[in-house]
Amino acid sequence: MRFTPTPEQQQLGDMVQRFLGEQYQFEARKKILDSPEGFSAEVWSKLGELGLLSLQVPEELGGMAPAVVETLLTASAMGKAMLLEPFISSAVIATTALRELASSRQREELLAPLAAGERIAVLAHFEPGARYDPRPVVTAARRSGGSWSLKGRKSVVLHAPAAHLLLVSARTSGAADDPAGVSLFAVSREASGVSLSPYRTFDGRCAADLALADAPGALVGEEGRAFPGISAALDQGVAALCADAAGALQAALDTTIEYTRTRKQFGVPIAKFQALQHRMADMLIHVEQARSMSYLAAMRAAGPAGREKRQALSAAKVVVGNACRFVGQQAVQLHGGMGVSDETAISHLFRRLTALEMELGDTAHHLEQFIAAGAAEGT
Amino acid sequence: MDLSFSPEELAFRDEVRAFLASALPAETRRRVLESQEVSKEDTLRWQQALYKRGWGGPNWPTEFGGTGWDPVRQYIFEEESAAAGAPRLLPFGLKMVGPVIMRFGNAAQQRRFLPRILSGEDWWAQGYSEPGSGSDLASVKTRAERRGDHYLVNGQKTWITLAQYANWIFCLVRTNPAAKPQAGISFLLIDMRTPGVTVRPITLLDGSQEVNEVWLEDVEVPLDNRVGEENGGWTYAKFLLGHERTNIAGIGASKRELSRLKRIASEERKDGRPLLEDPGFAARVAQVECDLMALEITNLRVLSAEVERRAPGSEASLLKIKGTEIQQALSELMMQAVGPWALPSRRDRSTASAAGPGYAGPLAATYLNLRKTSIYGGSNEIQKNIIAQTILGL
Repeated sequence: MRFTPTPEQQQLGDMVQRFLGEQYQFEARKKILDSPEGFSAEVWSKLGELGLLSLQVPEELGGMAPAVVETLLTASAMGKAMLLEPFISSAVIATTALRELASSRQREELLAPLAAGERIAVLAHFEPGARYDPRPVVTAARRSGGSWSLKGRKSVVLHAPAAHLLLVSARTSGAADDPAGVSLFAVSREASGVSLSPYRTFDGRCAADLALADAPGALVGEEGRAFPGISAALDQGVAALCADAAGALQAALDTTIEYTRTRKQFGVPIAKFQALQHRMADMLIHVEQARSMSYLAAMRAAGPAGREKRQALSAAKVVVGNACRFVGQQAVQLHGGMGVSDETAISHLFRRLTALEMELGDTAHHLEQFIAAGAAEGT
Repeated sequence: MDLSFSPEELAFRDEVRAFLASALPAETRRRVLESQEVSKEDTLRWQQALYKRGWGGPNWPTEFGGTGWDPVRQYIFEEESAAAGAPRLLPFGLKMVGPVIMRFGNAAQQRRFLPRILSGEDWWAQGYSEPGSGSDLASVKTRAERRGDHYLVNGQKTWITLAQYANWIFCLVRTNPAAKPQAGISFLLIDMRTPGVTVRPITLLDGSQEVNEVWLEDVEVPLDNRVGEENGGWTYAKFLLGHERTNIAGIGASKRELSRLKRIASEERKDGRPLLEDPGFAARVAQVECDLMALEITNLRVLSAEVERRAPGSEASLLKIKGTEIQQALSELMMQAVGPWALPSRRDRSTASAAGPGYAGPLAATYLNLRKTSIYGGSNEIQKNIIAQTILGL
């Protein structure tokens, strides 16, 4: 049992921290946030140069997968910096989906530009009305001759406006929520029949709803067998979100401690008040518990499928989700009026933490999943 | 990073399991697993069995007859012991006064007292709290005045756990009333058979007599029984409070209680279905289970930091707060799981005609009893003060 990273892993973690510390301070981030795109192609290509976009790329293609600890440290540092670029969407989720499902020729063709930071891919999987359930896939793909065309809708696809490549799940056979019969297609964002309704999430990242009207797509991997690979990609996404949250939580706590030490009322720093000290102690407990679960999620996401993995990932999202809500709310409260101002880092951290709880299944969803996985224990 | 135990640690775990399977008396085990009262004999017999095996001091270094186990092995031992239904080892000697004597006692005190803790010959009690000194421990009033080769001790200690079985008690006493509160305290070892020591049991809210008042009236305590410097006791008291880390979260016992909660909630019926399948109840159980999973890892992180000599400091406070919250939540859910069958008192249940399922017996009493956990050992509010001061630097 060991919780410390190897020197090489630590070096990578330090390097990410340093890079973001230099290039991604609040003001620099604000410029990116206020830009029309909502992300920086320049930052993205630098992340590529630093090798951070190939963490989930297989070794034979020059990547580092599974890179469990490296991904954990990187995502955590990015969470602290509230990165707007699609690290989790492209370099974790979409990359994992391709690694799991694509043929070796497709892998070579599609993964290299992602790893280099030249292109961005996102997984477009969830559909309107499905809430957080990954099973229903109504979007349909039909073959005519040697080519496929897709029809359907995908909702709240994070970073879709930034993406060159959309990895779209579509049904090629079976009933609406049958895991068998789901296939994955590579669809160019520029292709005919693809229309995006872009928007920002409340924490400022770009996202879009997606309508496909006979859009051409290339089948990724085998027909009808994509669901397990999509699940694996979403699991990696949950683990990375937990790591991202651990970083953002720590930042929210640190910022709050710093603020209460400097803010004076009644002639003393407000950090001297016991009611506030105890609140911060409660915040610290949430932060440490969330960090612990980010470790567990990272280990299990890379491990074998089964009950243990399902329960660990859902438990992690539950503990992390509760922490995001509690720490975010209390951080704003302890900042007083400054906490509700758009100018302060804490209000951005709060929005980020709130969004994190709602991505890839909220706390209530994962509590149900945890129970369901536990009940399947005896069967 | 690796969250699993090493092959050596797994082999150690098997060794502990095998020993527990062969050496733990079935009757003792049953009492622990069913939350019945564990007798003095249960506890002593188990300490002696461990002593014979060479495991009398799981948290002690080998130079004092301990096992020399690292924190991870201590954790494994505690977790397996709890899961198997072994009685909790008495912390007062092994985890409190023992380490203080090792660190601050002289060689004669070490020779005299330490072996008798390991063998179970001495049963220690902790004499810290007084009627006017709870969380504000530095305000202790019990006086010890020098009279030649001994101290004359007068005062009252309270909430003394299991003092009715103890033959020794370690006490914080005031030796210099003129000094600042923290600077006038000494740490005395008192033989409870000395004239002037009176023990009076306090009946608790669950009907148990677990704690006592201890009256000290003109009790003569040899100077040799003072640990360390006169008026240096506050340092030793603080050392003691920060010492118990490996089991402060009670992970093993909480895992055992979680399994029991699930068993009970599977037996109980609501609308003809197992209570555990009721979405509302299941969600509450699952929430505690998730928190317990997280705390187990947090605990292992603290232990592993200790192994690597990265001082864990007041993370113990975090473990204590969260650990006791989980223990209390589990006892609350178990009581609620049996519904109205929780109501008959434990005392009358044996004679009442309709007392419900056997497992319902001690559940309410356990719930009532466990309210103590967030109060003792430094209340959870005091623990938050410690976190604020030491971890957060506020």
